[in-house]
Amino acid sequence: MLPQATEPEREDRRAALAALLWQLADDDLVVAQRASEWLGLHPHVEEDVAFASIAQDELGHAAMYFGLLEELGFGPRDDLALLRPIAERRHSVLLEWPNGEGEYWDEPHFDWAFALLRHFAYDTFEQVRLERLRASSHRPLAELAVKILREERYHLAHHTMWIRRLAGHDAEARARLIQAGQRVAELAGDLWDTGGWAPAWERFGLMADPDGLRAAWEAAAVPVLEAAGLPAWEVPAPRYNGRRGVHSPYGASLVDTMATVVRLDPRAQW
Amino acid sequence: MSRSLTPVWEALHTVADPEIPTVSIVALGMVKRVGWDDEGIDIDLVPTFLGCPALDLIRHRVVRAVAQAAGLSPEMVRVRWCTEVPWTSDRIRTEAHGPLRRMGIAPPPEPAEAGAGEPVPCPYCGSRDTRQDNAFGSTACRSLHYCRACRNPFEAMKPV
Repeated sequence: MLPQATEPEREDRRAALAALLWQLADDDLVVAQRASEWLGLHPHVEEDVAFASIAQDELGHAAMYFGLLEELGFGPRDDLALLRPIAERRHSVLLEWPNGEGEYWDEPHFDWAFALLRHFAYDTFEQVRLERLRASSHRPLAELAVKILREERYHLAHHTMWIRRLAGHDAEARARLIQAGQRVAELAGDLWDTGGWAPAWERFGLMADPDGLRAAWEAAAVPVLEAAGLPAWEVPAPRYNGRRGVHSPYGASLVDTMATVVRLDPRAQW
Repeated sequence: MSRSLTPVWEALHTVADPEIPTVSIVALGMVKRVGWDDEGIDIDLVPTFLGCPALDLIRHRVVRAVAQAAGLSPEMVRVRWCTEVPWTSDRIRTEAHGPLRRMGIAPPPEPAEAGAGEPVPCPYCGSRDTRQDNAFGSTACRSLHYCRACRNPFEAMKPV
């Protein structure tokens, strides 16, 4: 029989688990919101269908993670998703960054190369993170990781196809990919920051090898860019850091937008 | 209270995914376990795709159908979404293939891994002279295709 965990030990484990779940849930919620802003605006209709479907998948994954937080006693998952202030959010700043100039309801001049490469960077990261959660000591999280990985491979295959196709198309497409890639790289530095939780995640068996996230991301992302003949990304230390609650001004307005309906009528059902 | 599982399963066979009305959730492989206890009936369902917006509606329909068939109040039918086993397209039963094709949806290859990269046979004419137009379709679980032989667009259940 295993020795009984002491009360402080149990509390430490719960805090470490919650910290991990906030990052997972907030990442997927925010990337889904930004992806859904593209509805009706894509370069062509098939991509509208694809991105909407990807957004729906990510939102579904976020709902599952928020559900795990609800089970841990943090409150109803809808409230966790919609009503927390930006300072409490732990998603990567890369994911809250706008799709471009304007808003989706007002003069949207979005940059599809940026959206595509952002998703590529994030979905690659998601894959290496989920691989490290397959054997998590929190069983429900391990089960979710196995399930989500099966869905995610379609996303990554999609982004990779577009990168290859656009990079080989013409000079303008290549130039846009290179320019957007630099902007994604500048913002990507907080993706693999664990917010200081790596030792606790490892100690409690919640995530395997959290310190290896960045190297694993590079090992997965670099060959795709290389095969497309695109320059390697230089990822500097992050200017903001969502994992530590330091968000860009865009984060606050995104959270406000997401909460518009629920604040108008908190008892609304839909 | 009779604790027969027969009427429960019969009721589950009448519940369809609202986005695929010709196929029951049993044939889609979404029912993992059904059991009685003193407080009522437990039903474990396996979600197809986690972001599927039909999940709540399916739960609601299961409660209604089973409660009626077993003569229970709806509170006594407890539906749980379980993730212990991931849903895969291999869970779709062969009996679903005909009804799927009648809806213009090609069934998934068996096993899922076998079909990777292969052209999907057209659900209307059976030709393999088809192309995939989009890995993403009208629902999370489907992709979009075109048949060059009979010139029909069609959908396919994604192998996962």
